[in-house]
Amino acid sequence: MTAFLLRRLSQTVITLLVMSVLVFVGIYMVGNPIDILISASATPAERQQIITAMGLDLPVWQQYWIFLKNALAGDLGNSFVYNQPAIRLILSRMPATLELAFSAFVIALLIGIPLGLYAGLKPRAVGSRGVMVFSILGFSLPTFWIGLMMILVFSVYLGWLPASGRGQTVNVLGVPLSILTLDGLSHLVLPALNLALFKISLVIRLTRAGVIECMQMDYVRFARAKGVPEARIVLLHVLKNTLIPLITVIGLELGSLIAFAVVTETIFAWPGMGKLIIDAIGVLDRPLILAYLLMTVVMFTIINLIVDICYSLADPRVRLGEDSRS
Amino acid sequence: MPEEMKTLVVTGLRTQFNTAKGPVAAVRDVNLKVARGEIVGLVGESGSGKSVTGLSIMGLIDAPGEITAGAILLNGEDLRKASPKRLRELRGDRIAMIFQDPMMTLNPVLRIDTQMIEAIRVHDHKVGRQEARERCRDALGLVGIPSPEERLEAYPHEFSGGMRQRVAIAIAMLNRPDIIIADEPTTALDVTIQSQILAQMQKLCRDTGTALIWITHDLTVVAGLTDRVYVMYAGDVVEEAPVEDLLDRPIHPYTDGLIRSIPSHNAPGQPLNQIPGITPALDRMPAGCRFHPRCPRRTDACLEEIALRSFGPAREARCIHPLVEG
Repeated sequence: MTAFLLRRLSQTVITLLVMSVLVFVGIYMVGNPIDILISASATPAERQQIITAMGLDLPVWQQYWIFLKNALAGDLGNSFVYNQPAIRLILSRMPATLELAFSAFVIALLIGIPLGLYAGLKPRAVGSRGVMVFSILGFSLPTFWIGLMMILVFSVYLGWLPASGRGQTVNVLGVPLSILTLDGLSHLVLPALNLALFKISLVIRLTRAGVIECMQMDYVRFARAKGVPEARIVLLHVLKNTLIPLITVIGLELGSLIAFAVVTETIFAWPGMGKLIIDAIGVLDRPLILAYLLMTVVMFTIINLIVDICYSLADPRVRLGEDSRS
Repeated sequence: MPEEMKTLVVTGLRTQFNTAKGPVAAVRDVNLKVARGEIVGLVGESGSGKSVTGLSIMGLIDAPGEITAGAILLNGEDLRKASPKRLRELRGDRIAMIFQDPMMTLNPVLRIDTQMIEAIRVHDHKVGRQEARERCRDALGLVGIPSPEERLEAYPHEFSGGMRQRVAIAIAMLNRPDIIIADEPTTALDVTIQSQILAQMQKLCRDTGTALIWITHDLTVVAGLTDRVYVMYAGDVVEEAPVEDLLDRPIHPYTDGLIRSIPSHNAPGQPLNQIPGITPALDRMPAGCRFHPRCPRRTDACLEEIALRSFGPAREARCIHPLVEG
């Protein structure tokens, strides 16, 4: 286990290094932030002063070296635009995005697994066909369009739910959360559902395929021959086997939920990281972009680690850090 | 022995599969009688309907399969008339089944103790976990699994194929059923393991008075294990006899062909005997005696339907050109 964790850690550090080099060089080649940031009316002297202050007069490898030294000391630099530490800006927006992404994730599981289970157990029933049509729609309709339609129906016509913002939040350990207040919850429902829709479809299909496959296995027949009731066969014998492929895919998808949140956040004016990073890219705010991407790498690493641990819990044939023997 | 003393009486069993081309009968007209504690062999090639017969008796035929005629009396109770609930109560309690592939019959993600204890507790909720666990441990010891206490905590992948089949046998024996249907349980195993398991199975059944139907394609297994044999061909029972009679003086040309196909029956260096042709497909059954296209003794009279007839005490065959006259 320790060896496994150490290996993971070193892989993460390498990824972080490569990522930061790529972003550094990439932004350097795209354009000069000075042209965007400094107003045209600034005098050449002011202009020169700002360039020097930001360290943009140095060669790019030297700029990277300075960044690296500061980063190792825990300082990812100040945002060019906000003149605040980039990391603090991101951390202040992260809870909103994570709350949205995790809510969508939980919704996808709570709706997707039961529907997939039903569609897998009774593949010929009318209801199952309905579920599958729904999942095809969820796959193929663009997220932003559904988001707009949801706003149109639930906010504009019916007036049931608010269309933008986080609503009232409650601080838990210094982190503002919407989900704990009724007002916040009503703000969260639409964007979370919108973001979850694609994942619900995915979970339905994975669960259905897994259940159909497992129900034909000999161990199900053997369990029936033992006289085990059908409910226990489905909920224990079959579901636990179905979870194994589900965990792998779903874990990877959690990362993409956080990434895809950008679109949903834009539509529902959800004050998360997505909006921040889109703006930062627009003005080539390099420290902010770098900090965001590095944070993303760290987040993905943590998610993958959790997935691997869950995977080893669900499948006894997998043991972390050992050579597989079977 | 009067009929009501028999553990299992199957009369006129017909099981068919409803395919796109119409129904095809995998089992056409099977009659079986198994007395208390008797060990009976059910022999035939792949596709002869022997496994379907076993599954039909257990009530484990899945759609599109269906039992369309016949009676299955277990201790005098007709299983075809029993409710699904009653069937579930009987399965694993009074009648048990073991399957061919030991790698597939145990659920890979559940511990052995989970899979064993449930077999007891779904039939008798009053048994405590601890008591059930002790019974499972004893059952594992009985089938020759070393250190059963620790092995209860293991997962199936930590056992070899032979050990897994022993576990399956232990599970089948847990509730001391009246009859066990064993569907080629040693086919996937080494011959040395096979002979150990055969001997153990025979002893266990003799000790507990459990009747056994051993389904196999291997006449050499039948020779050592069983009291009486049914030979199946293309969905029909073509011959029934005590095992010595069957092997010494087969009546049906198919039985004769099967015996001659055993390699050890040949003088060294001689070409091996074989039955020409293959088992007919279910939807292309020849008229009359289903074996006649492959039979060396066929005449035009074989194109008529042929009924089972008696050839002396406890001997029946479905043939009008028998090798031995009754």
